[in-house]
Amino acid sequence: MYLITEAEWLAPKVRRITIEAPRVASHHLPGHFVIVRVREGGERIPLTIADSDRDTGTITLVVQVVGATTEILCRQRAQEHVANVVGPLGKPTEVSDYGHAVLVGGGVGTAVIYPQAIALKESGCKVSAVVGGRSKDYVILETELSKHCDVVYPCTDDGSYGYHGFVTEKLKQLLEFTSDPIGAVLTAGPVPMMRAVSEVTRPFGIKTIASLNPIMVDGTGMCGGCRVTVGGTMKFACVDGPEFDAHAVDFEELADRLTTYHTQEIIAWDRVRGAKLNSEPDNKFCRLSEAERSAVGVRQSV
Amino acid sequence: MQKMKPSERMKIARQIMPEREACVRASDFLEVNRGYADEPARLEAARCLQCKDATCIAGCPVGIDIPAFVDAVAANDLNLAADILLSANVLPGITGRVCPQETQCEQVCVRTKKGAPVAIGHLERFVADWARHNRKDLYEPAPPTGKKVAIVGSGPAGLTCAGELSKRGHAVTVFEALHKPGGVLVYGIPEFRLPNSVVEAEVATLSRRGVDIVPDVVIGRTYTVPELMDAEGFDAVFIANGAGLPVFQGIAGENLKGVYSANEFLTRVNLMGAYRTGETDTPVIKAGRVVVVGGGNTAMDAVRTARRLGAAPATLVYRRSREEMPARNEEVKHAEEEGVVMRLLTNPIEILGNDGGWVRGVRCIRMELGAPDDSGRRRPVPIEGSELEIPCEVFVEAIGTRANPLLTQTTPGLEVNKWGNIIIDADNMTSIPGVFAGGDIVRGGATVILAMGDGKSAAASIHAYLMNGRA
Repeated sequence: MYLITEAEWLAPKVRRITIEAPRVASHHLPGHFVIVRVREGGERIPLTIADSDRDTGTITLVVQVVGATTEILCRQRAQEHVANVVGPLGKPTEVSDYGHAVLVGGGVGTAVIYPQAIALKESGCKVSAVVGGRSKDYVILETELSKHCDVVYPCTDDGSYGYHGFVTEKLKQLLEFTSDPIGAVLTAGPVPMMRAVSEVTRPFGIKTIASLNPIMVDGTGMCGGCRVTVGGTMKFACVDGPEFDAHAVDFEELADRLTTYHTQEIIAWDRVRGAKLNSEPDNKFCRLSEAERSAVGVRQSV
Repeated sequence: MQKMKPSERMKIARQIMPEREACVRASDFLEVNRGYADEPARLEAARCLQCKDATCIAGCPVGIDIPAFVDAVAANDLNLAADILLSANVLPGITGRVCPQETQCEQVCVRTKKGAPVAIGHLERFVADWARHNRKDLYEPAPPTGKKVAIVGSGPAGLTCAGELSKRGHAVTVFEALHKPGGVLVYGIPEFRLPNSVVEAEVATLSRRGVDIVPDVVIGRTYTVPELMDAEGFDAVFIANGAGLPVFQGIAGENLKGVYSANEFLTRVNLMGAYRTGETDTPVIKAGRVVVVGGGNTAMDAVRTARRLGAAPATLVYRRSREEMPARNEEVKHAEEEGVVMRLLTNPIEILGNDGGWVRGVRCIRMELGAPDDSGRRRPVPIEGSELEIPCEVFVEAIGTRANPLLTQTTPGLEVNKWGNIIIDADNMTSIPGVFAGGDIVRGGATVILAMGDGKSAAASIHAYLMNGRA
């Protein structure tokens, strides 16, 4: 059992959870993820490590409610436990001095770029972050990123905060008008967004790395469920990734494979939501409208 | 019981293992074999001729004194039988169920010259089950040596090595990547062949004896092997992290929805309990029609699992003929009884998808057997123009695994062969002093009992290394 030391809502249906996992914390590098199993009988789900503290032996995860398992996880409160946390898994982010690195995060993908931003800054890069959300409430970790990035561009679809438009539009502006040549773009977020980011950078010929979020079971290469096509070759995201050259990734296939259990996920989610728990979630954000629920076509972002 | 004459022993027919009826068991996950009752077990044991030069012992990878334990069963001294069995094999309830006896101990039984061999595997299971239910663990801890050994992986090789080392007084820690110990015994082999409760009981025995099993640790990621030796203070390491990554055929359509590796399909169902709908959260696609490709035990496990999830037909496609199948005879027989359709001398060449990206069938080609290849088996050759389509919604590939690179890549100086399998010397030691290896990470894909044999011999080498400084 692994103790949750802190849990708070960052945005609607987005929860920041800090867990005691000293073995993971002491080995965490940017890009790493963990597999979490919330309770007995539960699924194993991959979640990117957003932050870690070697002194307290804790790791921080940022989790969006997108189905039954994440719903159960996000109902957990401080001093409660999760059954299993294993990691750190995956290959770490390739950190080098790119000159100017631009990080593009969408939704909870912003939690993936946060540790990358710190590491890239330390390696000497100028770091710009473009972070997006549907509206002001959905833009997360802006304050935290601001401490490490040279500049942070919040973007909202509805214009309620920051740049009015998609992260890809802001990225394009940067690519066209920046005075500091961009050496690399790193992106994490919903599959359509990462795909769009890779299309924006492709004509500029800029190295672009995407953090992929396929379905996984064990996270150690044993099941092969997370296979993705990169440059026409089959790769396992858990051992070969999860970060790949975005220009070579078959995003269409990835998005399609993510829908494999869509029907079962909706049923499972309904079952969890129907179950009245003793502990009512401490937040209005946790309730989803029908429209929101049906709009969720992708799984938890790694 | 008076000593029987060989002629009397020869008259007894091999006792049949009672099984649950095929039509019933094909729709549940309860164990197929029921195990011998007392009387058939004694009769079967009495069939053993008690050869002075018992070839069966040499046929056993862990060297069980087979005539001795069988004789104790015949004499109805099950305590003695259990003592003999457990002294050589720490996991008898497991091997009694999953060992390919027909190619090992039973193959060399003298009774095969005139009829059926002694059912050594069934008797092993009988004694192990009796001991599990009727006997307190009479184990007495050995005096501590003060030496610490780390074992990577809690599958058959790791558990056996752990048991043997703890017998000798070493402090043993087993690191398991998954949330539950057992490795392939819990994620791979299905409940209907090896119940979880048997594995749990045999693991619990090791825990009681002081073996520390730590789940959620991936060696190569959470810790590296050098870290275990330096920072964590282990005096020796035994690497038994298993076969690793599933191999795909490399044919078109493998990333369609509905294509699984056998590892993923079996893990979802066995380890994650996807067959217990409503009790567990991990989904599996329950399809009307399932095709599994492969001819080994894993392929049999997958196709019989699909059958139990409701597939009709559940079809096995294999490119050679029945004789070349590496699976245990009993598994093939059980599969056939349960209604699995066998399409032999048939090989998939393309997985077909519908507009929604789901599997709708598999295109195959008929094969014929040509000249023998390197493995000594006749090489299957495609018959031109014999393509056929088998409709299905789920396609499972059970054609083998390759070495997992997570550990080997993060262990400088560890020599591997061109397939990524760890190279060891005659004492199971790798190129790094104090680091030993065994099981599938050395052999490629093999069996539970060969892995256990490696665990046992590695334990002896590790003991010698720890006490004398060399293996």
